[in-house]
Amino acid sequence: MADYQSLDIIRRSASTEQPPRVRGGQEVAKLIDVSRCIGCKACQAACMEWNDLRQPVQTCQGNYTNPEDLSPSVWTLMRFTEYENPDGNLEWLIRKDGCMHCSDPGCLKACPSPGAIVQYENGIVDFISENCIGCTYCVKGCPFNIPRINPVDRKVYKCTLCVDRVAVGQAPACAKACPTACIMFGTKADMIVQAESRIADLNSRGFDKAGLYNPPGVGGTHVMYVLHHADNPRLYANLPQNPRISPIVALWKGGFKVVGLAGLALAAVGSFFHYVAAGPDETDSNDETVAFDMAHFEDDRNASEGRGNDVRPSH
Amino acid sequence: MSVLHTDELKRDEQIPRHVHDADRKGRVYVDRYNTTQRINHWITAALFTLLTLSGLSLFHPSLFFLSNLFGGGQDTRAYHPWFGVFLIVSFAMLFVRFVKLNVPNRDDVRWMRKLGNIVQNKHAGLPELGKYNAGQKMVFWGQSALISVMFVSGIVIWDQYFGKYTSIDIKRYALAAHSMAALIAILIIIVHIYAGIWIKGTTRAMIRGSVTGGWAYRHHRKWLRKVALGREEARAGEPGANDPHSPMPGPVSHGPAE
Ligand code: HEM
Ligand code: SF4
Ligand code: SF4
Repeated sequence: MADYQSLDIIRRSASTEQPPRVRGGQEVAKLIDVSRCIGCKACQAACMEWNDLRQPVQTCQGNYTNPEDLSPSVWTLMRFTEYENPDGNLEWLIRKDGCMHCSDPGCLKACPSPGAIVQYENGIVDFISENCIGCTYCVKGCPFNIPRINPVDRKVYKCTLCVDRVAVGQAPACAKACPTACIMFGTKADMIVQAESRIADLNSRGFDKAGLYNPPGVGGTHVMYVLHHADNPRLYANLPQNPRISPIVALWKGGFKVVGLAGLALAAVGSFFHYVAAGPDETDSNDETVAFDMAHFEDDRNASEGRGNDVRPSH
Repeated sequence: MSVLHTDELKRDEQIPRHVHDADRKGRVYVDRYNTTQRINHWITAALFTLLTLSGLSLFHPSLFFLSNLFGGGQDTRAYHPWFGVFLIVSFAMLFVRFVKLNVPNRDDVRWMRKLGNIVQNKHAGLPELGKYNAGQKMVFWGQSALISVMFVSGIVIWDQYFGKYTSIDIKRYALAAHSMAALIAILIIIVHIYAGIWIKGTTRAMIRGSVTGGWAYRHHRKWLRKVALGREEARAGEPGANDPHSPMPGPVSHGPAE
């Protein structure tokens, strides 16, 4: 996928240049109302169609989740959870898993290859495959366990939020295909308003813990969920409660790198100045003489007192 | 591995050293490293350099251009761990060769106390040292520990072959450990290289295999005594062995010395 001039890049992996800011475009978001999902997987099919991806047929794992996991060719996946609620009733929780398009993307932060991951001004986080070197640092950076490496070309893949459709004013393929309008797409501000009305509706139906999943730990996301059990996102196939970039990743990618490089430079420069200040440590001719004598006379204490002077060949 | 049984992996202390008269009159050269040791050292140094350049290119965006040295980012990513595999083999051989002479002792403590004088090239009151001083021993043990850490963590983050064996969280720790260990190891190597520049006559040891007697006398006097003594012992049986007026002898071998 190429970079689109119609979508300015506001962040670029492993790059320190100032990105363009003149347009200050609108943030978009996909809102997934899990309470309206019927598990039909039309979105999965639409994603395969639009992005031209085919996952080889697998075997059934005993539940409806199929294929069994995200993969280089499975960018979105309906995850089915059978949850027995405290009243003893079964709830079938279905969550459409995929990239959350974080405002503060851990994948982008971790990536060492300039321009392999970009964030557009509308908030979409995209992998630019031709710049990807296949290190899988992004896999470690992502708090949602999303990117998947393709062993064939050693490049990572994930949901693009259909950036190629969005750039020309279309909704993502999944949103277009969803028969219950469970997947909505629009500006992020509009989607938050939408979510509020959905949450009010759910509250009135007895889901008093219903809420919006737009986790602040990653600066908010451009894929948001309306959850009926927003107090416990883990119920939904382990959706993280408070996702944030792992502190270990933050440490590894943080100030330590700059301090470390400065340390290396300091050691080199410091060494040079030590040489300038203290000078080389040289062996003087007396050391050589004594050593010569030690090598030629058994008693080096005598030698060092100069016993060998008369036999040492003169220079 | 069959090489482990050949002469090349003789531990350093098992290898006889010689004292030679130098071309310059009144000087001697003292053997310090044999050919296989030197080759082993330089292979290790070359691999470490390749690892540093390829690793640093991924370490910080400002150094990504270094990946061009290896044919681009993908190739750099692919080659780096392989350099690491060769490094661990090469370094393990160095380790076996030199470990015994790098065991710390009391002299090292006394030497370290005088570090302030040593960096000013003042050697008065220093203890006589064996083959290695405390600084050299710290390089040895520091690199041993850090290369081990980098090897283990490097395997964990080598996604292509070992990606499936560990969890993402363990890989996060491994990446952080790997890059921090690399940083400290590079720092140590900078100091190591500088020491070779600062202390005149040192590089000769690793390039030609010998040092001047004066260098040995100034920096590793205990070691020099041992080598020189071994020489005397070897000469003891020869006629006129202890006659100071005998002509300058050629290389004389002797029993085990450091
Ligand atoms: C001993 C065996 C080693 C192995 C198996 C190893 C393996 C790796 C791997 C797999 C990576 C991730 C990038 C990639 O996939 O190529 C990496 C990164 C790196 N390695 Fe190594 N490596 C080793 C030794 C070293 C050494 C000796 C150094 C330098 C002193 C070094 C410095 C680095 C650095 C700086 C990075 C980048 C870390 C970052 O992005 O923060 N490595 N290594
Ligand atoms: S969910 Fe993961 S892959 Fe997607 S933007 Fe966030 S960190 Fe990146
Ligand atoms: S695998 Fe590709 S996208 Fe992911 S961190 Fe490495 S270079 Fe960046």
